[in-house]
Amino acid sequence: MTRWGMVIDTDRCTGCEACVVACSAENNVPTVGEDDAAMGRAMHWLRIERVVEGEFPDTRVRFVPVLCQHCGAAPCEPVCPVYATYHNDEGLNAMVYSRCVGTRFCANNCPYTVRTFNWRKPAWPEPLDRQLNPDVSVRPAGVMEKCTFCVQRIHDARHEADADERELRDGDVSPACAQSCPTQAIAFGDLADPESRVSRLARSRRAFQLLDDLGTAPGVVYRRGGLDLEETVMGELPLPGAADD
Amino acid sequence: MTEMAAGTAPAHHDPEASLLEVARPRPLLLVGSAVTGLLVVLLFVLWGYQAKEGLGVAGINRPVFWGIYIVNFVFWIGISHAGTLISAILRVVHAEWRRPLTRCAEAVTVFALMVGGLFPLIHMGRPWLFYWLLPYPNYRGLVPNFRSPLVWDVAAITAYLIGSSLYLLLPMIPDLAMLRDRSSDRGGVRYRLYRLLALGWRGTPLQWAALERGIGILAVAVIPVAVSVHTIVSWDFAMTMTPGWNSTIFGPYFVVGAIYSGIAVLLLAMAILRRGLHLEHVLTDKTFDNLGRLCLAMTLIWGYFTFAEHLTTWYAGDAASDSVHHALMSGRFGNLFWLMIFLNVIVPFALLVTRRGRRPLGAAIAAIGIVIGMWLERLLIVVPSLSKPRLPGLDGSYWPSPVELGIMLGSAGLFVFLYFVFVQVFPIVSIWEVREGREHKAVAAGQRATELARAGGGTV
Repeated sequence: MTRWGMVIDTDRCTGCEACVVACSAENNVPTVGEDDAAMGRAMHWLRIERVVEGEFPDTRVRFVPVLCQHCGAAPCEPVCPVYATYHNDEGLNAMVYSRCVGTRFCANNCPYTVRTFNWRKPAWPEPLDRQLNPDVSVRPAGVMEKCTFCVQRIHDARHEADADERELRDGDVSPACAQSCPTQAIAFGDLADPESRVSRLARSRRAFQLLDDLGTAPGVVYRRGGLDLEETVMGELPLPGAADD
Repeated sequence: MTEMAAGTAPAHHDPEASLLEVARPRPLLLVGSAVTGLLVVLLFVLWGYQAKEGLGVAGINRPVFWGIYIVNFVFWIGISHAGTLISAILRVVHAEWRRPLTRCAEAVTVFALMVGGLFPLIHMGRPWLFYWLLPYPNYRGLVPNFRSPLVWDVAAITAYLIGSSLYLLLPMIPDLAMLRDRSSDRGGVRYRLYRLLALGWRGTPLQWAALERGIGILAVAVIPVAVSVHTIVSWDFAMTMTPGWNSTIFGPYFVVGAIYSGIAVLLLAMAILRRGLHLEHVLTDKTFDNLGRLCLAMTLIWGYFTFAEHLTTWYAGDAASDSVHHALMSGRFGNLFWLMIFLNVIVPFALLVTRRGRRPLGAAIAAIGIVIGMWLERLLIVVPSLSKPRLPGLDGSYWPSPVELGIMLGSAGLFVFLYFVFVQVFPIVSIWEVREGREHKAVAAGQRATELARAGGGTV
């Protein structure tokens, strides 16, 4: 059984936010305008958190892309009164937009605060309104939404594999964020397959998970630590980009 | 008391007859109903506007997804504990001084529940789909998620509204029969209403026995329902893993706070009714003194719970809870927190600890402080925890928008409106219960006199 997951190498992230833009374009994420954005109503499914490491003057900013962690034990799921958010059998924490009544309880119980709410009717300024993705539904006012791991691309890849009468291969699916990352800091694949690229990257001693002490069993693995020590000492796998070569 | 046939005693022999006169339209109350009626219109106009435009017209945002709609929900459900719980407990323990205040308290419960029950709907992103939280049969076999505390809420509040409405209506039957029998206009709306609600009451011994039994059962049954309601409301917060919310003490803490704010509203309502309807002979200083003592006990219990809750959080000092705690004590919410302590502990304690302070005026001032303080408490539970997410990137802030404030004002208007209308149609003091109390006292005094005479005769 597939368990979709993601590995993000923070040593490679430059904080350019190409992933944020690509995600919004792929998933029809509305723009909210300056006023609402200033109130904290920007709807990006993916945000870049900045963490300052070290003491002045020896400091360094680390960028951490934060998106839905597709938790194995997701705190958002039990609190929804109408099963609008649920777990599918491929490890995705999925949303049924048409079932959501907008209590926002899921958002409160998400320790990563990655869920966003449609405070108003979705809108796009010219010419963004002419490039909506036909594979993704536009959500009405009053419902929650969040990262889906580009579930529409997973479906597409599966349909193609079915047409070719073969199994899905590692690398067949690439979410918009991973596809657009100029430093290839983001890798996506099946964590249940020990030979997949994400599984090999996740086995690193550099790997960690956000707030994993809460017991949420996130499906996103981060890597940090730099180019020193482990990578060479362990004889570990090459960095995400190099793995493609 | 079986000899008390409803509506048979002539007025001039009946000290309680004047209470019947209370239930009639009055100029001041009519004006008050009109003004508060306008606020009710404001409430629904603003709600309609919000439903059309989306929740963007409110001040809530990410990460503060819940704002004063939830604050008001918890606040009004808390107020609703005034009546049913207090009047039921006092009935069960046969506290004689309850008699003049039960009706007044039970009406607070029902109307506060109606107002409180509106807020989850106002709060929802798509309120027209509220019925999806109910387990109704449908061809797709969809059911609500019974693991969600919000579904428990729906069940608990529905049960409480039904229970407390029955508990208001049932003990009112003899009074309604009296009003029906004295009604001069047999074709009028009032007569028909009283006749309908009196359920054919004739005051037979059998009916009295059934009424007593019914009230006895309801009074006992409604206590666990009331406790469960606010416990479940607290679980909307305590069941989450949000810092500052995930607390084992929240169930009893919320119940205590609910009873506390409920008594405060009851004291305030009694003080206003006493003055406005000239009920000094019924709602006596003694009634206020007793209820004031009960309120003082709640002041101390609430203060103790608050102390215990915050001391343990501070001492353990885990990072996530600590940032919320710090924001509460000395950070962005510090002023509001200490204002809450002042209004909820210092003012009521200083007033209610003295006999003078428990008179209607002092009790009313303490009550106003408690009502504001308890609203602040709800605010300080909901907002600070949300404004301090675990990850550092989204430090939140929140200020209610004019729409939210307007809806809040309208909801208070709705409560007062319902109460004003109720007072003009129904007797706000339970006439037969007051009479029963007077008769019990007379009988007891008679027995005592007889016993004294006997004892005196024996010794001589």
